[in-house]
Amino acid sequence: MPLLWLFILILALGLLGFILGRTRALKDAHGDIRLLHSLPNYYGSNVLLAVLIPGLAVLLLWLILQPMLIQGQVSSMIPNTAYTDKGSLNLVMSDVRRVAEGLDIAVEQGSLTREQARDIRTELTDIRARLGAVGVALGSNVESYVLKAAQKYRTMNAVGNWMMTVAVLGAALAGFAVSMLRTNKDMRARNSVEKVILGLLIGAASIAILTTLGIVLSLIFNTIEFFKLYPALDFFFGTTWSPSFGGGSELGILPLFWGTLYVSIIALLVAVPIGLFAAIYLSEYAGPKVRAIAKPLLEVLAGIPTIVYGLFALLTVGPMLMTVFGSDGGLGWMQGGRSVMTAGLVMGVMLIPFVSSLSDDIINAVPQAMRDGSLGLGATKSETVRQVVLPAALPGIVGAILLAASRAIGETMIVVLGAGAAAKLNLNPFEAMTTVTTRIVSQLTGDADFASAEALVAFALGMTLFVITLCLNIFALVIVRKYREQYD
Amino acid sequence: MNDMRIVRKDVDMNDTKISAKKVQVFYGDTHAIKDVDVEIKDKTVTAFIGPSGCGKSTFLRCLNRMNDTIDICRVEGNILLDGEDIYDKRVDPVQLRAKVGMVFQRPNPFPKSIYDNIAYGPRIHGLAKNKADLDEIVEKALRRGAIWDEVKDRLDAPGTGLSGGQQQRLCIARAVATEPEVLLMDEPCSALDPIATLQVEELIDELRENFSVVIVTHSMQQAARVSQKTAFFHLGNLVEYGDTEQIFTNPQDERTESYITGRIG
Repeated sequence: MPLLWLFILILALGLLGFILGRTRALKDAHGDIRLLHSLPNYYGSNVLLAVLIPGLAVLLLWLILQPMLIQGQVSSMIPNTAYTDKGSLNLVMSDVRRVAEGLDIAVEQGSLTREQARDIRTELTDIRARLGAVGVALGSNVESYVLKAAQKYRTMNAVGNWMMTVAVLGAALAGFAVSMLRTNKDMRARNSVEKVILGLLIGAASIAILTTLGIVLSLIFNTIEFFKLYPALDFFFGTTWSPSFGGGSELGILPLFWGTLYVSIIALLVAVPIGLFAAIYLSEYAGPKVRAIAKPLLEVLAGIPTIVYGLFALLTVGPMLMTVFGSDGGLGWMQGGRSVMTAGLVMGVMLIPFVSSLSDDIINAVPQAMRDGSLGLGATKSETVRQVVLPAALPGIVGAILLAASRAIGETMIVVLGAGAAAKLNLNPFEAMTTVTTRIVSQLTGDADFASAEALVAFALGMTLFVITLCLNIFALVIVRKYREQYD
Repeated sequence: MNDMRIVRKDVDMNDTKISAKKVQVFYGDTHAIKDVDVEIKDKTVTAFIGPSGCGKSTFLRCLNRMNDTIDICRVEGNILLDGEDIYDKRVDPVQLRAKVGMVFQRPNPFPKSIYDNIAYGPRIHGLAKNKADLDEIVEKALRRGAIWDEVKDRLDAPGTGLSGGQQQRLCIARAVATEPEVLLMDEPCSALDPIATLQVEELIDELRENFSVVIVTHSMQQAARVSQKTAFFHLGNLVEYGDTEQIFTNPQDERTESYITGRIG
């Protein structure tokens, strides 16, 4: 039975369960709602959930496990001579799946009968041509073991699907029956529904956490692979970055790291004062009308995609800097529009709303009593801000700045377009430099061999970046938390 | 010696420090204070009493223009400090607040050290010539705030780490450190326990030697204990103003009598 139909069937069964469960509970209470432990809809929902949860759980498990089992069975049919390592086995297996799909399509279109598809032989038929005729193009002639494996794959899949339908419907019906039998007027349907909701919420929370874990793990494995191919010491302390896919590349992170750091520092030098001053103006000086207009406007900046900022850097800021610092007519410090300064300035603009809106919230959280106390002593507004409000908000503001810093470090698009691609260890902010993130992009795009150090270095770079931003974020959170305790 | 002090006090008590005439306060459309006339004497404790929402705190905040910080608040009428209109355009509210200090309902020490809390006012007004001078001012203020003995060994500790009563005395000391001429107190004891309240009340009595003190309070016993003059506010009006003893023993207005005997409020 196709998956969609199975799914719809379970849903329908659940709905039926809802109606029947509700009716049964009401009947048990002789139609008097007051005699029920819970509201009638809870009894209905209880049956509905008792159908859906086992049904969908079995479905999901089956969908995950069946391909794994079949894969294991079928791949044992491939002779050892056909592959050298796991990668090429995967290639053969994808051929097998493709042939199996092709046979399915051929049967569906009637060019092969069911029996033919099962018994067909490479020795007797040109499979490639037959499948090509129904629109399935194969890269090479089909080996006999591939075809056999594909045929096995097909039969196992068919049996598996049939068993899955039975198992799923069985589970759903069992849930239906058990919950219906348990439905009576004293049953605590409300509590059990509540438990399911709790489970749902826990599930959502754990998905977020597990995903993070998964990301970290996938990075870690590839990073370990990389360090098997390339010495860690050279990676962390090498001062040259010159990857060449022919081999003999030098993959020192320092020039990239310096680029990231330099661009981020310039960005923060722009964003922190401007953002902070904007926040102070908005929270302490601006009237409600100005605030109502200015704050959303400032936050619009945060909604601009970073690629647009990148274009702004490339087309506007770069040429503008060139006219002042460039070689013709300017100071001669700048060779081209792409430079650390270009990217840093634009990234700074991008971070302004980030810093200002976080700082604004934090400044607003400083109790009015602090301001009153200071004003009551004859301090002016700016003295109050400088000496009372800002020191009180300082930990929170530091947290905001650190969060902005981790965004700056992870930023890619602006740097790709604004800072250039040359990995250099240089102090001149008008030189083109490159950052960790842009190198990750360039190492993984293109036709690189995924098992080479040149491609795997991207994961090591990503891991380094991840660790750095994670540390910054944790540091920021600790500071923000410490600040919170002050006014509780 | 004693005689001289009493004589001086009698003379001082005749000086009017603040004189308010026909003061009206509006919060948006709400008429919060109606036609209030009051004369606050120098070196006297004046208590404002009345039920919640009667406008006594609002009126207190007019005396050092703290209401300026509230956008929708509008003040009309004349308030003279030493004969000068404090709502005159030439008067700088910041300078005024240095002369008319304020202590708030809830202790609000800055998240700084005890020393820096006290030194805050003197520093912004440039009252100290050097560090030694500032140390002296801080010690004097803390002594006047009756908290010196408790904190002298930990002046570097944060002011927010003190107990509620200590914090409030710290705030009083902080207000005193700028050498104001008038000290406004907005229910200074409402967040304190009875023992801390007693300490603050004793402190207020001592402060009278140097300042004119205006205190808003919900406790009639407190008004009777600490003040020489009492004003009773009701629904934005100043109902009765006179010597504390007279207000509590022989009120002229029946609303005052109802309030102090507990029938309204």
